[in-house]
Amino acid sequence: MNKFIGLIALLFSTLCWAASSDYGYPIKNGLVATVVGTPKEFVADLPKEDDINRKEMSIVIFPDREVPAFIPVKKLNYSLVKQKEAAPLIFVIAGTGASYRSAKMKMMEKAFYQGGFHVVSISSPTYANFIMSASTTQVPGHIVDDSADLYHVMDLIHQQIKGKIDITEFHVTGYSLGGSQAAFVAKLDEERHVFNFKKVLMINPPVSLYTSVDILDKMLEDNIPGGLDNFSEFYNQTMREVAEFYTTTERLDFTNDFLYRMLKERHEKGELTADNVTEEIAPLIGFSFRIASSNMIFVSDIATNGGYILPKNHVLAKRESTTNYGKVAFRISFTDYYDERFYPFFKESRPGLTRESLIEEISLTSIADYLSTTDKITVVHNENDIILAPGEIDFFRETFQSRAHIYPTGGHCGNMSYKDNVDYMVNYFKN
Amino acid sequence: MTFTSNIFRRISLLAAISSLVLLTACSSAPVKQDGELPAMHTVDSVVKEDVTYNIDVYDPWEGMNRGIYRFNAGFDRYVFLPVVGAYTTIMPDFAEDGVTNFFSNLSDITHLINSALQLKPKATVDSAGRLLINTTIGILGLFDVATKWGIYEHDEDFGQTLGHYGVGDGPYIVLPIFGPSNLRDTTGLVTDAVVMAEIDPLNLDHNDNDIVIPYYLLQGIDARHRNNFRYYNTGSPFEYELIRMLYTNKRELDIAR
Repeated sequence: MNKFIGLIALLFSTLCWAASSDYGYPIKNGLVATVVGTPKEFVADLPKEDDINRKEMSIVIFPDREVPAFIPVKKLNYSLVKQKEAAPLIFVIAGTGASYRSAKMKMMEKAFYQGGFHVVSISSPTYANFIMSASTTQVPGHIVDDSADLYHVMDLIHQQIKGKIDITEFHVTGYSLGGSQAAFVAKLDEERHVFNFKKVLMINPPVSLYTSVDILDKMLEDNIPGGLDNFSEFYNQTMREVAEFYTTTERLDFTNDFLYRMLKERHEKGELTADNVTEEIAPLIGFSFRIASSNMIFVSDIATNGGYILPKNHVLAKRESTTNYGKVAFRISFTDYYDERFYPFFKESRPGLTRESLIEEISLTSIADYLSTTDKITVVHNENDIILAPGEIDFFRETFQSRAHIYPTGGHCGNMSYKDNVDYMVNYFKN
Repeated sequence: MTFTSNIFRRISLLAAISSLVLLTACSSAPVKQDGELPAMHTVDSVVKEDVTYNIDVYDPWEGMNRGIYRFNAGFDRYVFLPVVGAYTTIMPDFAEDGVTNFFSNLSDITHLINSALQLKPKATVDSAGRLLINTTIGILGLFDVATKWGIYEHDEDFGQTLGHYGVGDGPYIVLPIFGPSNLRDTTGLVTDAVVMAEIDPLNLDHNDNDIVIPYYLLQGIDARHRNNFRYYNTGSPFEYELIRMLYTNKRELDIAR
């Protein structure tokens, strides 16, 4: 490690609240780790995208489904990374609102390819392309239903690719919400036996989906002074900070390291401290989650004619402006969606369903018995993952016992690309 | 056909498209449809007059712009990306880099002119130095020696020069194939192209189409190759709005820089 990196590590460690250890991921604050991820110098050595034999694929899941003019999606897109020889195949499920092409998915493709696996990357059931083409209800968020859709999708993808590659056995993994879904998919597989998954790895999953999205909702709503009507001020202030850094830094592009360098500089100047880190960083995370959740909610609304944001029976024309609907969607929290759209939708077909029992249904606690007895599932998590409520991390320790691998820091998925994490992830499936 | 007439043909095409925009600029505002019922969260109950929304960008030709955006997405998917894909398959990596460096060296002419117009001494000196070094030691720009020596590119164009002297964005415009722009930046784009044609560093004026057309094709392919953007990859039904907002913000930052 050169001096410069050591210095950065030292600076960030002053924002520390986690205990020290020999774990070398440099960012000790969970919020900062979540937004900056893994700084370049700490990222695992991985092959280039051009060198991993990766193919863009697509598949029709519902042949008879009508395609709306505004979002003309017929097929589910996914990617296939192939080994030349016979090899195990790993299905990877993306996190909330993320596509099969997201940066984390591509990182995992490279790592698993290097480890000798075939890889199939699948978008999150909360991602537009999946909602339109592969979701049965098109009301995303019900982890049991969404996982059944995923299982169905994996089955069809397997039919499509099995002539092209030689598969020895199957594994499944996913990060964030995809991590929880991997467990539900594995549980379904115990009944249906299409794949007989050998190993499952859950990476930074929420315990309770509802609790986690509530935390993320509040990061935005509680940290904009005066409420969301004043969001513009916050946005412009952030832009000014970016501008200040951008105009004074000679060589720069807007990659992940941009944020890292910018926050580091602000920390050095004393503008970002342990005292204001929550109000500075939390709304950025909340903002990014809100964009993802409003995308999901509006796409679902278009697909189902739900009359939630788009007037009921209104058909969006190809060139119609959606700017005003965007403003509305941005104001709707995931918990609003849960109470106003999600819960009523499922209650309609199951009259006895209570709000609380639905929350329980979409939590890992509902399958805790399975998780504690199966030995094929391991969980990787971080002590300071920001999507967990205080104490929730203990659910993993208690339920998974020795199958829980918990790092002292990393925030929510911030350390996924760090060398040790990548090694652990790949070796887990190798051994 | 000469290079200059080629450029002017491109400009007149652009002008023709612009007038088409004005003629066919249909309203993109939602119209109430038969059997339509109010949503649970209506626009009227949420959107307030006195609140600023960053997603709002002056876009009087939104309907047309959205049409071109869709056209661009289709063109990208069925023409541009397959061609770029074939290009990267055929070309060895070092040759791709050579092509990129070659065009980037030429664009340092534009950077030099606009840095000078904005009276930015460091950017002007750097751009001149880059041109000198990369054209000579970098063998006609095939190697970017200057960057290795710590003399970095300053991406200045005439749109930024206009912005630097206080010219506002004007209406948002989605250009065919080029993508997001606005009236100021489109003016800048055309001006830079005309100036480049006048300087004619490669003496294209005295070459025929056998060279000029492949030259522009290669330039376009290289530019697309360097850009990671993929249409409809945000997974957002508001992608048009998000790109419009980010383009506008990004240009503000570039001008301030």
